[in-house]
Amino acid sequence: MQDISVFSPASPQGKAISDLFCAVLVICAVVLAIVTGLIAYSLVRCRARPGGGEPRQVFGSHRFEIAWTVVPFLVLMWIFALTVRAMRVSDPPEAGPPDLIVTGHQWWWEVRYAKPAFVTANEIHIPVGKPLSVRLTAADVIHDFWAPQLARKMDMIPGLTNHIWLQADKPGTYLGACAEYCGAEHAWMRFLVIAQPQSEFDAWAAHQAQPAAPSSGPEERGRQIFLEMTCANCHAIQGVSTVTNVAPDLTHLASRRTLGAGAAQNTPADLARWLKNPQAIKPACRMPNLNLTTPQVNDLLSFFEGLK
Amino acid sequence: MNTSAPAAVFEGAPNAEAQSGLFSWVATVDHKRIGILYMLTTLCFFAVGGVEALLIRIQLVRPGNHFLSPDAFNQIFTMHGTTMIFLVVMPLLIGFANYLVPLMIGARDMAFPRLNAMSYWLLLFGGLLLHFSFLAGGAPAAGWFSYAPLSETPFSSTLGMYYWVVALLVLGIGSVATSINLIVTILTLRAPGLTIRRLPLFVWMVFVNSFLIIVALPALNASIVMLLIDRLLQAHFFLPAHGGSALLWQHYFWTFGHPEVYIMALPAFGMISEVIPVFSRKPIFGYEFVAASTVAIGLLSFGVWAHHMFAVGLGRYADMAFAVSSMLIAVPTGVKIFNWSATMWGGSIRLTTSMLFAVAFLIQFVIGGLSGITFTAVPIDWQVTDTYYVVAHFHYVLFGGTLFGILAGLYYWFPKISGRLLSERWGKVHFWLTVIGFNLTFFVQHILGLMGMPRRVFTYPDLPGWGWMNLLSTVGAFVLAASVLVLLWNIWITLRRGQPAGDNPWNAWTLEWATTSPPPEHNFDQVPPVNGRRPLWDLAHPENPDTSDSHRSADIPVRQSNAGQASRLPAEEIPQGAGWTRALHLELADRNVRAPMRPPEQLPEKNKAGMATFIVSEAFFFLMLIFAYLYYNARPMIGPLAANVLDARKTLIFTVCLLASSLTFWLAEKALHRNNLPAFHRWLALTIALGVVFILGQGREYMHLFDQGLRVGTDLFATTFFTLTGFHGLHVCIGLVGLLVVLGLGLAGEFKSRRTEAVTTIGLYWHFVDAVWIVVFSVIYLRLLL
Repeated sequence: MQDISVFSPASPQGKAISDLFCAVLVICAVVLAIVTGLIAYSLVRCRARPGGGEPRQVFGSHRFEIAWTVVPFLVLMWIFALTVRAMRVSDPPEAGPPDLIVTGHQWWWEVRYAKPAFVTANEIHIPVGKPLSVRLTAADVIHDFWAPQLARKMDMIPGLTNHIWLQADKPGTYLGACAEYCGAEHAWMRFLVIAQPQSEFDAWAAHQAQPAAPSSGPEERGRQIFLEMTCANCHAIQGVSTVTNVAPDLTHLASRRTLGAGAAQNTPADLARWLKNPQAIKPACRMPNLNLTTPQVNDLLSFFEGLK
Repeated sequence: MNTSAPAAVFEGAPNAEAQSGLFSWVATVDHKRIGILYMLTTLCFFAVGGVEALLIRIQLVRPGNHFLSPDAFNQIFTMHGTTMIFLVVMPLLIGFANYLVPLMIGARDMAFPRLNAMSYWLLLFGGLLLHFSFLAGGAPAAGWFSYAPLSETPFSSTLGMYYWVVALLVLGIGSVATSINLIVTILTLRAPGLTIRRLPLFVWMVFVNSFLIIVALPALNASIVMLLIDRLLQAHFFLPAHGGSALLWQHYFWTFGHPEVYIMALPAFGMISEVIPVFSRKPIFGYEFVAASTVAIGLLSFGVWAHHMFAVGLGRYADMAFAVSSMLIAVPTGVKIFNWSATMWGGSIRLTTSMLFAVAFLIQFVIGGLSGITFTAVPIDWQVTDTYYVVAHFHYVLFGGTLFGILAGLYYWFPKISGRLLSERWGKVHFWLTVIGFNLTFFVQHILGLMGMPRRVFTYPDLPGWGWMNLLSTVGAFVLAASVLVLLWNIWITLRRGQPAGDNPWNAWTLEWATTSPPPEHNFDQVPPVNGRRPLWDLAHPENPDTSDSHRSADIPVRQSNAGQASRLPAEEIPQGAGWTRALHLELADRNVRAPMRPPEQLPEKNKAGMATFIVSEAFFFLMLIFAYLYYNARPMIGPLAANVLDARKTLIFTVCLLASSLTFWLAEKALHRNNLPAFHRWLALTIALGVVFILGQGREYMHLFDQGLRVGTDLFATTFFTLTGFHGLHVCIGLVGLLVVLGLGLAGEFKSRRTEAVTTIGLYWHFVDAVWIVVFSVIYLRLLL
């Protein structure tokens, strides 16, 4: 059960859905048992026997037919009542300005916090036990924000905004993914939600809001390559290049766990592979192969490893 | 014996065609041959779609697999869905309907045999066109649902999307044409005595289904036409970056898409409703409820589309409304399940392969239906939509349900079609392999979805449980592939040396079993009298016929039949095999069966019925375009507006001309009825002249707009205006061609004999085109005049 994320919720919203699901599944199981039982009985007891002749010709019974029209209707209305209640708990209405805005891009997540103001990507940190108001939108095509243990799924639609509450009652790392088909790399559009105690979260947020630390040595050479090799045209690093939202903000890249929205782990080895040729790890992703030399990659690596 | 005359005579069906050879199949207009062509063609496309499914499963066999590139995977799952829906399930059901409906209603052929042939060829070439995209720079890769803006040029720049759009238009026109044909056939060509309330349930469901098609397909056609205009003419219907709406595509697509789900299910329900009674040796339990629940499903299916959009964020009250409508549609579906189960109850069940598939259909369809119920509880949908849980759900409905129903139907009707019984021994092997393979493939997918695996991913991370479950699913897919090979083997050996079937091997009760297997080209030498729902039962059981339409009263729960007391006919004594038809006819001659005949039913004229049905379909197409105009022009817009560029007063003049042409046409018809041919020709010519004036007026208006620099893609006013008025203008032109043909026929003396169907038929169309303009004028211009 622990691996089945829909049934191991970690938030009141997720719990409401899980409870509703269990109730409906029980009802469905009863219906399935009744129908299967009817059919099984007929199959065992009402088989043709040699020379048995034609059975009694029964054309129907309004009484029975009305019964199996009305009873399912009542059961469904009962499910509807449960549904309305669960809708209220699992998706409360928006209140106040959003705590963070998540924008879906082909194929990564831009995560913009309001207070303190900073931008990160593909990794969302939240304080344990506190619901965050999240605004969802998309930059190109339709995406869908889904962290099954925490909240309902919600589409991210270009030109429109949507809203969910994101909350986790226990510290931990929760998996999320894009659930709306969005093109070539839909499979590698995953994200992490990391729930931390409030103090840890505050420290993390304060650190994320800082610009990149000044660099020297190979780090400085890497910084130069970053600026010269057109990386800075798409990627922002606070304190190094101007803000854009074309590609993930790299200000604190080294503090993140994955690369390419889940396509690889953020280890020095994988990061080097990514820099060599991102198309080999995530084909069709928007980052081209820049044909960097090994020394260039190593310098960039030192620079990025410094972006904690 | 007035009842046994051939039900219908077709002066239109050419008989000159050769009876054998390849060309005879190309040139055929025989509904049975066309039905077989449908089945063979869909079998080929089924093989293609099946191979695509296997490729998908191979790629997903383990996490991080590199068997297919992401782009190749996306093309293949798009093509798998599109192929299975538009080139397999729909046309296969249409193929069965083509073969069976005329036989089941005692007709000689379909109402419009040539149109029928055209529909088939549209299917074949539409399918080939779609698959040609593989050679022409890549297949479409935006999913079978082609959500905008992913399907728009900026995000899908290859030619694949064009092939998808054009192929679907071709297929859509073919499906609508067949459905019109089926509706008119069922309305106008029924054997004497076969009232609507006595139709076999398969025919009933095909009838309702055809209405779903003619109403739902225009929604798809309208949306893909809009997508095509976006892509070809740089318009922005669905591009949010330029003021378009990504959501309108979804509303339009699912307005088609959910009825489509039932389009793919209802005929299979019909097959099950034929198979279960025959192999339980009882009439269907509650005929009226089964038929009425089909109508209820048909109507409700147009009110549930947004349950595909619960994750869109439409708002709580919209979600609740569609939750209720989606729950309601489960009620008539449940009624069917219970009625089928009750048909088996107390029967004398023969577990033939056909019946086995029907029983598996029942249970698997219930599972698919119940997982469908979970989606109507909105928050559950918020979790499981767009995951593998959905994949499992709709495969239980479409494969475990529809395809099992079709297989039940195949084993049931194959003897009628080929004259030979499929091997029961191989049939059982086929059945068990299919059941095991199917459940192995799809059951675990429920759990994968609950674990968080999204749909349409070309690969997935190595999370606990995901690897082995996907492996299991892939193994199941190969078992399914093996089961298909067994079926093909069974068909092959049956055709070579199968047991001859005779006319009525199952001892069934509907009219198709009253002719030879396979039936002669003209279907029936003699149609037996129809006094109830089971004409062949009545013949075999003269002591206990189903003569009355209403067999039970509400206060007696189960009617005590007096069948047994008089003489219970042991199964062996019922005439079987090749002698059945002869015995039937002898018996007819002997007893000189004369039913308590009602006055013969007045059946509608087929050309008028056909045009009326076509107009219903066209009306829905225009409804979609009109709604799009209203939707976009109600929103704030950048660029010129209607008020700035249109001259409503001038258009009013041309409008009066067009409306006057309806009046002149009516006068022409009156003249024709008085047999005043010169007056008829004058009024008709005036009608045409007024139509031409309207078209010239519209052309002048277009030139004026072009001079102001307005193009289709300028802004959403221009896009919706040109789309709506352009399609109307096109219809006026088609109407003018029709009127010219009628005028030509008139001048050639065609209407001297008072055969005036052509005039009334084209008249219906012309009045319709005028009526559409009244709505279009009100929507676009009236506001400017006031």
